[in-house]
Amino acid sequence: MSTHHAAKPGFLGRYVFSTDHKVIGLQYLITGVLMAFIGGYLAYVFRMQLAFPGNSIPGFGELVPQQYNTFVTMHGTIMIFWVAMPVLLAGFGNLLIPLMVGTEDMAFPTLNMLSYWVFFLSTVVLLGSFFVPGSAFAGGWTAYPPLSADGYVGTPFWDGLGGHLWILAVALEFVAFLMGGINFLVTTINMRAPGMKWRRMPIILWMLVIAVLTFVFAVGPLIAGAVMLLLDRTLHTGFYNPAAGGDPILFQHLFWFFGHPEVYVLLLPSLGIICEIISVFSRKPLFGYRAILYSTIVAGVLSFVVWAHHQFIAGIDPRMSSFFSITTIMISIPFAIVIFACIATLWRGSIRLTTPMLFALGAIAEFLIGGVTGIYLGSSALDIYAHDTYFVVAHFHYTLIPVVFFGGLAGIYFWFPKFVGRTTNELLGKVHFWLTTISFNCAFLPLFILGIAGQHRRVFDYSAFPSLMAGELTMLRQIATYAVIVMLAAQILFVVNVVISFLRGPKAENNPWQANTLEWSVASPPPHGNFDPYPAVYRGAYEYSAPGRSEDWWPQDAP
Amino acid sequence: MSQAIDDHGPRQHPALAHHFNDMEQQHESLKMGLWLFLVTELLLFGGLFGVYVFFRVWHPEMFAGASKMLNTWLGTLNAFVLIASSVTVALAVRCIRLDQPKKTVWYLLATIAFAGVFMIVKYFEYTHKFHAGLFPGENFNNLDFALGKVEGVVAPIQNPHVFFSIYFGMTGLHSLHVLGGMFFLTWAAWRTSKGAYSSEYYSPVELGGLYWHFVDLIWIYLFPLLYLI
Repeated sequence: MSTHHAAKPGFLGRYVFSTDHKVIGLQYLITGVLMAFIGGYLAYVFRMQLAFPGNSIPGFGELVPQQYNTFVTMHGTIMIFWVAMPVLLAGFGNLLIPLMVGTEDMAFPTLNMLSYWVFFLSTVVLLGSFFVPGSAFAGGWTAYPPLSADGYVGTPFWDGLGGHLWILAVALEFVAFLMGGINFLVTTINMRAPGMKWRRMPIILWMLVIAVLTFVFAVGPLIAGAVMLLLDRTLHTGFYNPAAGGDPILFQHLFWFFGHPEVYVLLLPSLGIICEIISVFSRKPLFGYRAILYSTIVAGVLSFVVWAHHQFIAGIDPRMSSFFSITTIMISIPFAIVIFACIATLWRGSIRLTTPMLFALGAIAEFLIGGVTGIYLGSSALDIYAHDTYFVVAHFHYTLIPVVFFGGLAGIYFWFPKFVGRTTNELLGKVHFWLTTISFNCAFLPLFILGIAGQHRRVFDYSAFPSLMAGELTMLRQIATYAVIVMLAAQILFVVNVVISFLRGPKAENNPWQANTLEWSVASPPPHGNFDPYPAVYRGAYEYSAPGRSEDWWPQDAP
Repeated sequence: MSQAIDDHGPRQHPALAHHFNDMEQQHESLKMGLWLFLVTELLLFGGLFGVYVFFRVWHPEMFAGASKMLNTWLGTLNAFVLIASSVTVALAVRCIRLDQPKKTVWYLLATIAFAGVFMIVKYFEYTHKFHAGLFPGENFNNLDFALGKVEGVVAPIQNPHVFFSIYFGMTGLHSLHVLGGMFFLTWAAWRTSKGAYSSEYYSPVELGGLYWHFVDLIWIYLFPLLYLI
């Protein structure tokens, strides 16, 4: 092997334009985390406006309605496409797939590097759109026409350059993830180490593969829809303009045909991280590996037939509503199975409450609230009332925050020693966890109540609605806002922890958590080329506490 | 498998990337990657075909009428040109597998030439439509439909520009794919003429061929949907 690595790349080749999957994974991860702070800052600004309408906001100034719309739009866009996707899918996928399947790099390393740099370009385009005339796109992260199309030609509010750049940025990003996704699939299918049978793969690899397949199959129609949106905006073709024989609902179908599977594209890698961590820190084999696997496949397939539950009030046929209600409620079954499997893994395990474990457990507990409220919303009868209220906002934050932030942070704390080579501070990590969890619940539980009270989303100022200005509702809005500030402030602990650990944390061993998967069998951080010699795999990933062994773990590559 | 790597070490093919065990694994990986890419392409066009079906079911008489404005003969010519180019690209792949790089270059050049014919025909079709005021958007000013001047269309039809939006959107995207294919095949022909490929390593030629068949196939569907029915 060593002869292949004779030529040492320079600084640029090693850290910037690297083709090493670990560097690319870290680049994605760091970009995603930085974008999370921008998205969080936007949330802080518009939450302050909602709690204290009209007041000048510390750290920003006075917010005008157009900026409010821009910020809400960009908060959603950034958090879904520039945080969740790069961190969960691209970041962890790149870091883990080659190591876990036991190979040296992705199948197409150059394509992989290109993937990150196209993504980086998309980030630049998106952030740059804040500074063009008319500012960034303000039509909501779902970009529904006619607002996003040319229905309002001449109003710079909707028609500006920001909207073009938004579409361009999203398109570039999807190109990046398609390149990455092709790499993920080919690497997992074609480059597994000898003995790494499909059934021996860590469940997170399965989850990543199914997530990528879901993404690849779902994204085409959205790109088609976005192309038509762009044509409507630039050439005024009128695909979505009813006055010109088009139909705006068409975009909703194309968007959600992608948008709903996208939710599972984010959920699956995170569930994979959670499953890995829970098994390691319960010192028990993952309960029901096959049940989890089959559930995930079923969920991936079902995710393609639930999309219209976003459109119950868009005037679709009631018979279609019933169909989509049924499929939507059905899709909770496979995820319930996965969650039960995680809980069953905990059952009578020797649980170690480390920071990653706390975040994994927190993710499951909080995700349950999001999942259960999803069943309410899946029923079209209730959704007609709750649609576009803060109940929906609370619901999807209770799914996405556990998935993206709890799951993502669990993964970062878990694999930090492996990829950085130093250990994080457990005490700081635990304080971070508890502050985040408590403030998260204080921020989003009130929104359920506000939503049921009739508070609509995407409204700049509730002063015009006397019923929503009742004392207790105002108080709930303020509690939520204070909690968001605490939640954001708590993330400073995370940054401090990561930076200090990176600079002077204690050196990490190869296998600090005594885990089984292949990445723990190499040095921390893994050298360029990962394995020397290539590993052979003898068993599945979850042989913990096997009877008759002195150690309670049994690495996959130990004969 | 680590032994296998050391085995082929001294006499391995220069085109073998170091993270693959052998040429076969590399070739299979590249092919799988391209197939996955084609899946995403297929779904992209699938979305547009879905839109076509949606609008066609919604305004059947408008589609039937507006499609009369397309020149069926030029469409047919282009269909034959692309089918011929698929034949030549398939022959190019066959020749490189038989270690006949010279013939491969000629077949690739023939493919590119056919693609050029396709683009030239498309250019004349597009300019004709621009002049006739059939390009959708603000400049759509064709009154033939309203005046009942289109042959075979009796009643005036509503919103014919929707048909042309779809026509230009889908054929435009397809033409971009043709152009992309032409660039790639030119590169592959140039590399072949430099002696880069042989029966041991011809992945780029085969990938280019696969992609080209896909581009051809899309036209095979576009042509009847837009021109014939």
